[in-house]
Amino acid sequence: MRSRREQLMAALTILPSIALLGIFVYGFIGNSIHMSTTDWGQEAAMSLTPNIQSVGMDNYRDLFTGFLNVRFRQDLVNMFFFTLLFVGLSLLIGLFLATLIDQLIWGETFFRTVFLYPMSLSMVVTGTIWRWILQPRGGINILPTLIGLPPGEFLWLSSRTQTLVFDWSHIFHYICLILLIAVAVSTYGQWRRRENKNLARKLVLCAVLMGIFLSGILTRIGLLNFPEAHGFNEALWGVVLAAVWQMSGYTMALYLAGLRTIPHELREAARVDGGSEFQIYRYVDLPLLKPITASAIVILGHIALKIFDLIFAIAGPDHYPTSMPAITMFLKTFRGNELAVGSGIGVILFLIVSLLIVPYLVVSFREE
Amino acid sequence: MKSRGILGVSAQILATLLAIVYLVPIYMTVVTSLKAPGEISLVSAWELPSSINWAGYVVAWERFAPNLRNSFVLAIGATLISAIMGSLNGYVLSKYRFPGAKIVMPLIVFGMFIPYQSVLVPLFRFMQKTGLYGGLPGLILVHVVYGLPITTLLFRSFYHEIPNELLDASSIDGAGFFGIFRYLILPLSGPPFLVVCIWQFTQIWNEFLFAVTLTRPSSQPITVALANLAGGQAVSWNLPMAGSVLAALPTTIIYVLLGRYFVRGLLAGALKG
Repeated sequence: MRSRREQLMAALTILPSIALLGIFVYGFIGNSIHMSTTDWGQEAAMSLTPNIQSVGMDNYRDLFTGFLNVRFRQDLVNMFFFTLLFVGLSLLIGLFLATLIDQLIWGETFFRTVFLYPMSLSMVVTGTIWRWILQPRGGINILPTLIGLPPGEFLWLSSRTQTLVFDWSHIFHYICLILLIAVAVSTYGQWRRRENKNLARKLVLCAVLMGIFLSGILTRIGLLNFPEAHGFNEALWGVVLAAVWQMSGYTMALYLAGLRTIPHELREAARVDGGSEFQIYRYVDLPLLKPITASAIVILGHIALKIFDLIFAIAGPDHYPTSMPAITMFLKTFRGNELAVGSGIGVILFLIVSLLIVPYLVVSFREE
Repeated sequence: MKSRGILGVSAQILATLLAIVYLVPIYMTVVTSLKAPGEISLVSAWELPSSINWAGYVVAWERFAPNLRNSFVLAIGATLISAIMGSLNGYVLSKYRFPGAKIVMPLIVFGMFIPYQSVLVPLFRFMQKTGLYGGLPGLILVHVVYGLPITTLLFRSFYHEIPNELLDASSIDGAGFFGIFRYLILPLSGPPFLVVCIWQFTQIWNEFLFAVTLTRPSSQPITVALANLAGGQAVSWNLPMAGSVLAALPTTIIYVLLGRYFVRGLLAGALKG
């Protein structure tokens, strides 16, 4: 048992850190939220004692519906597709690399080192390198000519082509559709595993979402009174490629660590029962890797949602097709002096990332 | 599980091919950085230089030497301070109980996941008002504060492994709060310090957002200088490629020599890993 005096010393030791984090994290987030509801900007931005007025939710309304903020809305769409592709491909490739390395006869350390190496680089370095490799008439596109084929034509970063185009006015409709798909997939998985906990509740949720989607109620709550097309910018493929090159080694390292913790007895038992190597992988290894997949989705997801440096270096902050909310936040704040709007975008990013991080932290720390 | 036979051999071949694919960008970078500006063209991008030309490195070094110096001061300073503070925090949070301890740790760790855009405007104003804006001391402070969550988390999980009985024994021998830290905890902290310092150094060296928004040109770290150079289209490509090599060199050396510790930091940062 420690004495009262030591308890006091312990408390005093962590006090500075707690105070610093309290101010720099929670205090500043609170300040950002507050400032995002003001008209702080332009000439008031430079003054040390600015004269600012409260404008309520106007900045947010303007970001989501204002005619001039069309770029921010495309940023959100870019962020969505980039996150989906980057996380999905990093998981698949990382799992594949980990499985491959687990089978190797020799050189495991060498291959692990090579695949993980890009992660030790700065995103700025990665962006600079890939900006050169993805030149429309060079790099990857002329690789086929080395073996006598015609050069590739794909515009990795500069393409202006947009696919999966939808009307922003109906964004609620599409969010509802995405939720429906997510809930339906999880419900189906649960049903197949014959877990009946909450199954009925989920089915009802599915039915409600389906009803809303089919009845088109949300379509009539148009967000804008003009149609506005957004979609998947093909130029994002270049960014996805560079980001997956950088981070797939990370998922590989996570999965490899996971494969190494699976007890040999478990695999032996499956082998004795007549399981083939593939069956052991499918029914013993993969299910045990699920918690790692969850961690990796959270870590990679939060990196993807706030991506800034890679975009800045690979295509520059002024390139619309690959822009992201973090880029527009930077431009609005530091070039446009629109500090209130910049804070607002920061708060929106904070809320989106929190949706991912808070459940993860709650689960992780509850386990302790 | 080691495979023999056909499966093992085909895995070996496939891994070799993939390793080549992963190294292709590195090859392109080094090859381009060693070419004379006149020899660089999109069509011959994959070819080796006809003769090795160091001009890219000479110019990049002249241009980037002050930024590299800034990066070293920043990364070493912020790494050491955040590691020492993290070590003390980890000691307290793993070995002492106090009211609210359960909620403190998740609140601290949350700080490493937030998008820094959500604190950037108040941070920028704070730096201006305190006169810290623009220089390296201010940037060091920022990296120390936002580095505290990960350093505290890593040290805390390392110190959990030290049996409490050892601490009780030292207590009985008369060691106080700092005595236990100095004579029991610190001597056992070599590997965790290595893991934390390697992780922090790499992160801070590679960081860009704070660097580009909170420093004046004379204090800019290498990442900002490199991004500015590559953003200007007029330069010949051997220069940004040589700059990339210079910017990547310190973290590459650490990774190659001490990769084992880098991986440990990376796994511990994933909480459950």
